[in-house]
Amino acid sequence: MALKRKDILGLQDMSAEEIELILETALSFKDVLGREIKKVPTLRGRSVVTLFYEPSTRTRTSFELAAKILSADTSSISPSTSAVVKGESLKDTVLTLQAMKPDAFIIRHQASGAPGFVANLVNASVINAGDGMHEHPSQALLDMMTILEKKKQISGLTVAIVGDILHSRVARSNMWGLTKLGAKVRFVGPRTLIPPEARNLPVEVYTDLEEGLKGVDVVNVLRIQLERMKKGLFPTTREYFNLFGVTKERLKAAKEDSIVLHPGPMNRGVEISSEVADCEESMVTTQVTNGVAVRMAMLYLLIGGAQDAAIN
Amino acid sequence: MSEQISQVMDADDIRRALTRIAHEITEKNRGAERLGLVGIRSKGAPIADRLAALIEQIEGTKVPSGALDISLYRDDFNTRQPSVGRTEIPFDVNGRTIILVDEVIYTGRTVRCALDALMDMGRPSAIQLAVLIDRGHRELPIRPDYVGKNLPTAHKEMVDVHLQEMDGEDKVYIVKHDK
Repeated sequence: MALKRKDILGLQDMSAEEIELILETALSFKDVLGREIKKVPTLRGRSVVTLFYEPSTRTRTSFELAAKILSADTSSISPSTSAVVKGESLKDTVLTLQAMKPDAFIIRHQASGAPGFVANLVNASVINAGDGMHEHPSQALLDMMTILEKKKQISGLTVAIVGDILHSRVARSNMWGLTKLGAKVRFVGPRTLIPPEARNLPVEVYTDLEEGLKGVDVVNVLRIQLERMKKGLFPTTREYFNLFGVTKERLKAAKEDSIVLHPGPMNRGVEISSEVADCEESMVTTQVTNGVAVRMAMLYLLIGGAQDAAIN
Repeated sequence: MSEQISQVMDADDIRRALTRIAHEITEKNRGAERLGLVGIRSKGAPIADRLAALIEQIEGTKVPSGALDISLYRDDFNTRQPSVGRTEIPFDVNGRTIILVDEVIYTGRTVRCALDALMDMGRPSAIQLAVLIDRGHRELPIRPDYVGKNLPTAHKEMVDVHLQEMDGEDKVYIVKHDK
């Protein structure tokens, strides 16, 4: 089984079958994480370059660990310590690195579409680790894997994505992935943080938290980016918490066996209460573990085996 | 391209061979203490389970059994990208004598992968190999300790083992492709 594609740039242009393949493969890779020796020789001799133009703890470490556990070689570029400081363009950076023959680039960039731009320039596989407000496929995939583990299947579930949807690539990737697999998706947040084009997307929009959480199976809470406050999109974080903070009380509207996800890092007391963050239904630490497994699966399916291998 | 299929073992033959192997395992290891059975996916796994049940009948001791997926350890990545299955070994391999189980041994490369995988999981006190069919043509210095049936074959032929658990019948076929 292989992914017949060079790159993973987003979930919008992936099929349900491809997404299911990644999720199934990730579940198998999770076993490796439980072993004493977390190493398999699968990607021995392959090399992976991570290019993170925006800061990241989880995503970057997760991708690096995923590659290393599979025995690939990794190197990591961040602009502040590279020739980008001297004014080198993205195109030149990538073409220079390509000459060192890596098998994959993992890119996070503030400009939507940057990974797509790079994918057209290089022969190596390109994985989007988050581009602007466009997509963050590995996050959505690990969210779906977490849901799948708990709920056994995604089709038929109702998932509420709560918070700053407007600026969120996580929300968009989740929406594409979940709807392709048959779930119903709700965007829940203040009117100022819901994108106007949501009316053309396969989602239901709610601007009241309790209405939005009624009867849902999964609550995915997005981080409020505190810098948004200065743009007048909401008055204060305290008011945000009062109206849209996910608390134990508010969660009662959801189904009894509902689960809570958060991509991290969390602002306790803003979008999510500490009580919910640390409760049993919160899958936050599981998400992080699943993140490594999902990224292993993405790397394996893109650069494991020959690119033109026959399917056996 | 035509295919010639001939049956070489039926359900009784398979049953007798596995019974004998179970006895040989307990004879060589002087009982069933500290044993663990690991079937190589996908057909080795049900055979390992059957052997565990047979050994329990013979010795009265329950022997744990598990399944090993070796797709991450394969050495033929230039030509294949196999789907990854689950490894489920619900016991500690450290200090145990592990009996690796597969339905056919051919070049020996699959067993080599299984040895690598097992070593990454811990340190067994010993590893032994049980196969239902040995079809010859080894490419590595690897040999089984327990063999159900020796079946000399040509490279053009394929040994197809059908198991009740997966194919609804217990039979072993040799499939020959003629061009």
